[in-house]
Amino acid sequence: MAEGIRDKVAIVGMGCTRFGERWDCSAEDLMVEAFEEALADANIERDRIEAAWFGLSSDDQGPGKSALSLSTALRLPNIAATRVENMCATGTEALRGAVYGVASGAYDVALALGVEKLKDTGYGGLPERTKGTFEDLWFPSVTAPGSFAQFASSYVEAHGIDMEQLKEAMAHVSWKSHENGAKNPKAHLRKRVDKDKILNAPMIAYPLGLFDCCGVSDGSACAIVTTPAIAEKLVGEGPMVTVKSMQLALSNGSEIGFDGWDGSYALTTRLASQRAYREAGIENPREELDLIEVHDCFSVTELVTMEDLGLSKPGEGWRDVLAGTYDADGEVPCNLDGGLKCFGHPIGATGLRMVYELYLQLRGQAGDRQLDTPKLGLTHNLGGFPNKNVCSISVIGTC
Amino acid sequence: MKQRGITSFGAYVPRRRLPREAIASAVRWATPSMPGAAKGHRAICSHDEDSITMAVAATHHALDGLGGSGDPGSLFFASTTMPFADRQNAGLIAAASGLGDAAASADIGGSLKAGVTALRLALEGAGDSLVVAADKRQAKPGSPQELKYGDAAAAFSIGETELLAEFVCAHATSVDFTDHYRSSGASFDYVLEERWARDEGLSRIIPQAVTGLLEKAGIAATDIAHFVPAGLNPRDANSMAAACGIAAEAIPEEIISKAGDAGCAHPLLSLTLTLQNAGPGEFVLLLGYGQGAELILFRTTDRIGNAAPLIGARAMLADFVEDDNYLRFLSFNGLVEMDWGMRAERDNRTAQSAFFRHRHTVTGFVGGRCTECDTPQFPRTRVCVNPSCRSTGTQVKEPFADKRASVKSFTEDWLALSFNPPLIYGNIRFDGGGVTMLEFSDFAPGEVAVGSPLAMQFRIKDIDPQRGFRRYCWKAVPPRNLDGPRTVPPAKQGTTHHG
Repeated sequence: MAEGIRDKVAIVGMGCTRFGERWDCSAEDLMVEAFEEALADANIERDRIEAAWFGLSSDDQGPGKSALSLSTALRLPNIAATRVENMCATGTEALRGAVYGVASGAYDVALALGVEKLKDTGYGGLPERTKGTFEDLWFPSVTAPGSFAQFASSYVEAHGIDMEQLKEAMAHVSWKSHENGAKNPKAHLRKRVDKDKILNAPMIAYPLGLFDCCGVSDGSACAIVTTPAIAEKLVGEGPMVTVKSMQLALSNGSEIGFDGWDGSYALTTRLASQRAYREAGIENPREELDLIEVHDCFSVTELVTMEDLGLSKPGEGWRDVLAGTYDADGEVPCNLDGGLKCFGHPIGATGLRMVYELYLQLRGQAGDRQLDTPKLGLTHNLGGFPNKNVCSISVIGTC
Repeated sequence: MKQRGITSFGAYVPRRRLPREAIASAVRWATPSMPGAAKGHRAICSHDEDSITMAVAATHHALDGLGGSGDPGSLFFASTTMPFADRQNAGLIAAASGLGDAAASADIGGSLKAGVTALRLALEGAGDSLVVAADKRQAKPGSPQELKYGDAAAAFSIGETELLAEFVCAHATSVDFTDHYRSSGASFDYVLEERWARDEGLSRIIPQAVTGLLEKAGIAATDIAHFVPAGLNPRDANSMAAACGIAAEAIPEEIISKAGDAGCAHPLLSLTLTLQNAGPGEFVLLLGYGQGAELILFRTTDRIGNAAPLIGARAMLADFVEDDNYLRFLSFNGLVEMDWGMRAERDNRTAQSAFFRHRHTVTGFVGGRCTECDTPQFPRTRVCVNPSCRSTGTQVKEPFADKRASVKSFTEDWLALSFNPPLIYGNIRFDGGGVTMLEFSDFAPGEVAVGSPLAMQFRIKDIDPQRGFRRYCWKAVPPRNLDGPRTVPPAKQGTTHHG
């Protein structure tokens, strides 16, 4: 059995732009902003980067296909650069490419950068896009909120609770994200919001109201990775941060097309997290993880993810949320940076933004949000729809 | 030659009914001649229905009546409102009705008598055949036609065994009498004075044609037990019956007040009602009228009692939801341009080669059933979806169009583009196995729940105005309640867009 990548690759530099409606910035401007921060943080010359992986989801809304825009915007030294796309896991996929590139021994220093320029569509929400020549013929013209909203009706049905109870727990998730986001100078949405306002917001896709939905943002995030041996010479004050595991699980059509899934959970999150725990050597995630950054595209997604990650028991996630288990001062702080909800969700950058928060926290650089010496954190992305999706899980920690 | 006749039938009237008073009160300011108290309802298509979708629904009802034994070799589609001028509408209906590529098909239009013409052609032809007529006529706001017209379809199965009614004879005339017309490409009828239409048209053309038919059949007008008078209003129907010597009691219950005048489908729709009221051995005279007359004489058989459980006009008329939103009706018909936002700018170009490749899936709603593990699945794929099977190339065709299903999960999506928001969709479970996600239609906000029963219907998926194309797919709808009107529950708190 493969031994995995635990502690084989270190993160030596990270950068992240302010997320939000960056009307004055192109995707290229955002890339440079994130890259310059990472480069300075790593304290290396750009010519030491030997390969790059570029995460961009909507090429038609931004800099186009391929990784040429990355290579050109950053004036990379004609190195290998590859664009990756895997829905909302795109940013994490860029990191996975760079990490595997270093872990394989092919490169000493590699770059992962994700970007998304979503606010040039002229309308709210994610861009309208084709679902392909076949599904456009018959599949509903779903939106992201409409797809994820169905977690709610299934969850209520599966666990015999009232929608009002679930809505209250969902409101707590969003309330918590706004509390966290308010403390983060790089977050898109920085206002605290009370639960009444959340519960009485206009409906977007039943039962998701406006505040159950994440921000649609522009932004970029970046990581420079290398071998632990090289990292030792580069890392200044603070602990070295290494990758403990990176796992990916994709639906194969069984959730949507075979009657073995009740719709109340994400099968891929359960599979990917178990693999990631094994690779990272985690036996009790609730006890061992000091913080988590999960894919709260919608409040209900975060709630069911707590169960899918094995942190809450099935059917108990809503109670744990209401009990404050995942609040900033709770047992397992979740989305301390504001999450997708308030930090924002430029798709290609999101996975790397999550790692950025872990990196800051692990190195003691998270300012007002800083936890007391965390050692291990997890990121989670869920792209697509609950019935057909891509899930990535990364575990990052100090070494 | 073997005796031919009607073996089954089915009707389809959209569930949505617009009270005529909703029209009258909205347009009375502009139309002083509008009746003081407009009565009754007209059936109106939803935003995703047209003549083709209604025809498919009626055809499925007619095939249901054959208990799965039907295998028609041809399909005739009659309509004056065919969505396509050159792409055979009947061929699409045949494909959506489960007829194979070997079935012959023909579109018959150009006159309000086209429905009866199509029926005659099938009766005079050979082999088992389906005839379906549907119309969805547009009318200018404030016009008398807007009050009068309604949208509906009716289908008949024609064959040679187990007849409900025998074909006795037919008689047709052609008179270029332009009491109304609609030019190619025009949206609306141009309608002349009613008095002229009656005195010079109806009063001459119909009695003359009826006389011709009776002579051919060798029977007297008084032998006619049932006279189905095209789409004539009750006053004209009575005067025509009287002019022909047919008893007033022979005229069936009128349905214009409940559903409107369904154009070339109207005589066939009315015939479904008549056959369900008829006794054995009775003569039924069917009239189609428009630039001449088209008459068919039937005689019911001893099996006519078998017509009672079929889904005819009565069942369809009894199941309705009142929708008094006149502006929505105009929007559904493209008569007012709502602001649907930038999401409506989405390019709905159809990749025709992909569509043709997937036509059985998309139009026929045919999925697969794995011969290794017996799992029904939609869509049909090369590798079985069952995680414990995964066999390749083992799936046989599994039709899903006539299956019932229930809701696994759902949402009411106010963000997604819909021309009747919210867009409702969800994961569904078919009775007998199989799951998928489909768009729902005809549900009101707050009406869907996990476990709600569903039926399948062929509907418009998208319109591509840039290329003049429209594509269709199967959607999940609430099953029609054939026992009486359905009550739409009020929207639950928190289910509306503005909470």
